[in-house]
Amino acid sequence: MRRWLLPTLLLAALVGAWQLAASSGALANLLDLPPILVPSPIEVGEALSEQRHLYAENAWATLREILLGLAIALAVGVAAGLAMHLSKVARDTLSPLIVASQAVPIVVIAPILVIWFGYGIWPKAAVVALICFFPIALGVLSGLASADPAATKMMRTLDATRGQILWRVESPGALPSFFTGAKIAVVIAPIGAVFGEWVGSNQGLGRAIIYDNAQLQAAGLFADVVVLAAMALALYGLLALAERRVVTWR
Amino acid sequence: MPAKAKEFGVAEPLSSPAAAAGAEVSIRGLAHHYGDLQTIDGIDLEAPSHSVLGLVGPSGCGKSTLLELIAGLQEPTAGEIALGAASAARDRLSRCAFMPQRDLLLPWLSAIDNAALALRNRGMRRGEARREAGRLFGRFGLDGFERARPAELSGGMRQRVAFLRTLVAGKPVVALDEPFAALDAITRAEMQQWLAAALDADPRTVVLVTHDVEEALYLCDRVAVLSARPARVVDELSAPAPRVAERDDAVTDPEFVAVRERALRALHEGMR
Repeated sequence: MRRWLLPTLLLAALVGAWQLAASSGALANLLDLPPILVPSPIEVGEALSEQRHLYAENAWATLREILLGLAIALAVGVAAGLAMHLSKVARDTLSPLIVASQAVPIVVIAPILVIWFGYGIWPKAAVVALICFFPIALGVLSGLASADPAATKMMRTLDATRGQILWRVESPGALPSFFTGAKIAVVIAPIGAVFGEWVGSNQGLGRAIIYDNAQLQAAGLFADVVVLAAMALALYGLLALAERRVVTWR
Repeated sequence: MPAKAKEFGVAEPLSSPAAAAGAEVSIRGLAHHYGDLQTIDGIDLEAPSHSVLGLVGPSGCGKSTLLELIAGLQEPTAGEIALGAASAARDRLSRCAFMPQRDLLLPWLSAIDNAALALRNRGMRRGEARREAGRLFGRFGLDGFERARPAELSGGMRQRVAFLRTLVAGKPVVALDEPFAALDAITRAEMQQWLAAALDADPRTVVLVTHDVEEALYLCDRVAVLSARPARVVDELSAPAPRVAERDDAVTDPEFVAVRERALRALHEGMR
């Protein structure tokens, strides 16, 4: 109860304060802006409901990019984490490359991806995958490495093969750390999708942000951000739920 | 194989002639180094089939290393360890089950799946492995806890599941590394008495490492007192009445007390 009540109350208080400050014109005065550029939460809500079909369409387009990117990140991240855990050669070879891949700014890499993968869903999914596979790979690797060496010895005297130790001891033990990495991934995934859309797209919330920005549609801009944040929050919630179903021993 | 052991339920793997013959442990001229650090310096020990050998020594003297060497988890720098006819590390590993200091039950598995780990590792199907391991739960005072996760069990119960897991592996030699060190004094005394009964019902050759002289003299047939690192044998004692039913009577018996004094003196001597 308290877990829901307190954040909800805080959110309501913040939105209420914002509503008062915006509708009275106090916030616009303070920022020295015309009131049209400082929309109140009610105006944002109106923009949302008036054009709900457009927002739903854009949200769906962005969600597809996010899900495809996350699926790729998951496959590559888990494979990389496993390979680095099982082989020192793989660890020494891959880890500098993986760290370097995260050091390259996404704004720089996104246009190149559009040139390579065209105008459709793939360049956006590629940006999402590029930023999301890192926390997943790191979560898998550190989770697998956290296995108790004494448990491994115990399994060896119980006739376990390397594969059985991986499957029965190391993998279940790595799940909490994997979920931590995956939660970071789903929260940053929308950022990747928006960057991808900014480079070139005819749909999605990222494109809507560019469009509303150019049109000085402040209320619409806020509405885009609200939908994007709600999407990230929903993905995070789903993952937390999955974790609670899977990691039942904590 | 006595009828009692058959009834106890884990007799099958042991009753195969290969396992029954050659369950003795023999250590000759054993030495071990970690790099420049000498941990074990010339140890000779024998444990006949189905006897319990205790290793007592000061903390950090290399007891655990010695146990890992016996179990085949490591190779010695010099000397030989044989479990029956098996002397290569690989073969020792297949003849010795190892119970580590902490119970190390896997928290994501139920008690019964933890107990059945060795059977599953050998490719037995889950249902069959559970049936096999489950036959012992009653005997171990664990009836009704088959599906419980380790976190739901008390310290003593976890230790019993861990010992069950070791027994179900069906190996002729069992290496126990301070199995009751993490328990409180009362539970520890209860568990010692319980282990004594379990070993009489289902005899194995046991090598038991402990820092508790009383525990060693109650549970073991023979006790070797080790020196501080590098470990060598300071004294070897025979226990007056190993594993008798009433532990409290046994440990207060004058003869027991006298042997314990001698063991403690040897322990002090070895620390100098």
